[in-house]
Amino acid sequence: MTTASYETVETDVLVLGAGGAGLRAAIAAAEAGTRVMVVCKSLLGKAHTVMAEGGVAAAMHNVAYQDSWEVHFADTMKGGKLINNWRMAEIHAKESPDRVLELERWGAIFDRTWQGRIHQRPFGAHTYPRLAHIGDRTGLELIRTLQDRAVHTAGVDVHMETTAFKLLTADGRVVGALAYRRSDGSLILYRCSALVLASGGAGKMYRVTSNSWESTGDGIALAYDAGAQLRDMEMVQFHPTGMVWPAGVRGLLVTEGVRGEGGVLKNKDGERFMERYDHERMELSSRDVVARAINSEVIAGRGTPHGGVYLDISHRKPEFIKSKLPSMYEQFLKLSKVDITKQPMEVAPTLHYMMAGVRVEPETGATNVPGLYAAGELAAGLHGANRLGGNSLSDLLVFGKRAGEAAAAASKGNPKAAAAKLDQAQVEQAIAELMAPLDRPAGENPYKLQAEIQDVMTAHAPIVRDAAGLQAGLEKILELQARAAQCGAGGSSSLAFNPGWHTARDLRSMLVNAEALLRSALERKESRGAHARSDYPKTDDQLASVNYITKETPHGMSVEAVSIPTMPSHLAEILQRSYATYTPEEME
Amino acid sequence: MELTSLDLKIWRGDAKGGDLVSYRVPVREGMVVLDAVLWVQANMASDLAVRWNCKAAKCGSCSAEIDGFPRLMCKTPIDEYGGRLSVGPMKAFPVIKDLVTDVSWNYQVNKEIPPFTPSDKDLSSSEPWRMQQKDVERVMEFRKCIECFLCQDVCHVLRAHDLKGAFQGPRAMVRIASLEMHPKDVLDRRPLLKGKAGIGYCNVSKCCTEVCPEHIHITDNAIIPLKERMDDVYFDPVRSLVNRLGGRSRKRPAD
Repeated sequence: MTTASYETVETDVLVLGAGGAGLRAAIAAAEAGTRVMVVCKSLLGKAHTVMAEGGVAAAMHNVAYQDSWEVHFADTMKGGKLINNWRMAEIHAKESPDRVLELERWGAIFDRTWQGRIHQRPFGAHTYPRLAHIGDRTGLELIRTLQDRAVHTAGVDVHMETTAFKLLTADGRVVGALAYRRSDGSLILYRCSALVLASGGAGKMYRVTSNSWESTGDGIALAYDAGAQLRDMEMVQFHPTGMVWPAGVRGLLVTEGVRGEGGVLKNKDGERFMERYDHERMELSSRDVVARAINSEVIAGRGTPHGGVYLDISHRKPEFIKSKLPSMYEQFLKLSKVDITKQPMEVAPTLHYMMAGVRVEPETGATNVPGLYAAGELAAGLHGANRLGGNSLSDLLVFGKRAGEAAAAASKGNPKAAAAKLDQAQVEQAIAELMAPLDRPAGENPYKLQAEIQDVMTAHAPIVRDAAGLQAGLEKILELQARAAQCGAGGSSSLAFNPGWHTARDLRSMLVNAEALLRSALERKESRGAHARSDYPKTDDQLASVNYITKETPHGMSVEAVSIPTMPSHLAEILQRSYATYTPEEME
Repeated sequence: MELTSLDLKIWRGDAKGGDLVSYRVPVREGMVVLDAVLWVQANMASDLAVRWNCKAAKCGSCSAEIDGFPRLMCKTPIDEYGGRLSVGPMKAFPVIKDLVTDVSWNYQVNKEIPPFTPSDKDLSSSEPWRMQQKDVERVMEFRKCIECFLCQDVCHVLRAHDLKGAFQGPRAMVRIASLEMHPKDVLDRRPLLKGKAGIGYCNVSKCCTEVCPEHIHITDNAIIPLKERMDDVYFDPVRSLVNRLGGRSRKRPAD
């Protein structure tokens, strides 16, 4: 075997992913005095975080004085149908206001109340107006602020357009990662004493998704391969409102802010159908409920010609719409030639987010593998069976910071880890697997395989699932795993910016995520939150205390039920309270 | 007449050179240029290098020159082109491969701009800051920038004269404006504007404003007010005289 050539780069804390969580972790780790290397697949500032439109949830009670961390905690737990990690939900609700205010002190801009405080908008399943926002591009504001803060923080370095493909371990501890530069295919071996995974979800395994090409679940697959446990992998979120027409934009996100600002959903008969699904909260019900409602309307033949329903905000003044939802206005006008100040939008559910992911310690984001931390979309626990809108941006900030701090502390506690002796065979094998598709000119086209994965997941793990469908889907995914292991790079053997080759590697990640999702979905024999089963349509109260943990065993992937520790009484009591309904007229 | 196929020419090549290559792409209703390019990648040329992420004009990755005009591919419907169009990489930056260019210079420039700097008083205050909506709105426009670098691509100072060492370009001006006009920022960036940022190179031809997909009025709202700020302190003859006579006009910042 020849020794593959690679450059070695040393750091203290290696962060994979440069979205909100990765950047916040990098800043925290650098401020704690460690050297940090951020590695990301795209250019800096292009991460999926920019797609978050509505806002960041934080109980600052600037608009509704009754709001508090307790109400935010209760909303998050109820929205997650109680299988959340309650400690994470508590930390998140308590700390997100500080994280938002901190962002402001780093230069972020938010819309204001008349008193000059940060304005907060209402959002689905949040009892009170809670989302700090700037128009409908809060994610961009968040990422730009963190990006500028990170590049001006001493000790932070960034490698853009670099994809990690293997975590390296020594004596059971993560001590580095292998990566390739997308521009020329050259290899880098990173040595580190702690590693934070923050590379987002795997939405790309579905056909209709709001996610970009990047969202192939790399971090989850890398963690799994390194021995990390995954949690509640069946829980993926279909955002209720994606664009449906024209075909080219199908799946593109339509912010929940439209409903937050008063948008109503109607079927083709003009009926405001949410009345029948959630009379109380109507359009602002939780995402799982609204997505299933739209799905049911379309299946019952009450959908639009393009297979969606109508979302209408044209009853609000044009100036109001243009100032509160500027990018939605622009998006529809430009891409579907629909003027949303005059006409309704057509919308249908689109795969948007993974509540599922790597199992972590609530305080630190530590996984079960020493030296390995996780934060953001790829870490599971906070959102349980369904995520509330606005809770992902706050998640990134709260747990990104905690993971960064914990990784820095771990790095300082194990300064020799970065110099640990590496298993050279492990390195050689990973590189050989990465390169293999380039030497298979006649191998199957990776784009074709990717499309097949998307077809299987769309057909077999849709919004409403059943055992037969999931089982058949699992068999197809296992077969695709065998084919993907033998696929080519699409015919070109070039190392220079070769997306076909990159996709061949991404397939592996997607297939790990897909297999875990299907296996975990088969195990959860009930309907809860985003996981709906036609063969088990009821929620099983016994399973409110169960998480499904996926891990690698000598016999392959296995899923087991694990009991959730009993919630302490001070938190359980919060869930029992009732909260005054918010009526804007009285308070503004 | 409904289009059924598109004659799409894509520039293929690298730093050593390249050429337009023709592809015939089946047309779907509502197709944008990026759809067509990705169709080619998935079906005809798997090694076609192209950057993209959000496909919703929010990330600014898929910048290219469509029939020679700098645009975002995800936001450009093909039906504007009547069945035939060409796509090439941004010309102001070195080509890496096909439609992908080396835009790292823009990131270096951003690093050279001193970051957001609030006053010590604001920084040490334990109270949440208060700002008025109208003050915040002044910089909102600049904060919309998605860093697609189309303005940098079209700027003749950078594109035709390649003066990247002398002028930081429209994107950097928007960034500086977002900081200078931030209600809580107190740093004086006028020495930067006069020096390294090279704002004097801009002769307000407004090409950058024209290509901005976020419709930021780069020239009118960012560059011209910044030029005025700088002129005010460096080139105002009356103030210069007052200064020379030892008057108490606003102190000229150190270069």
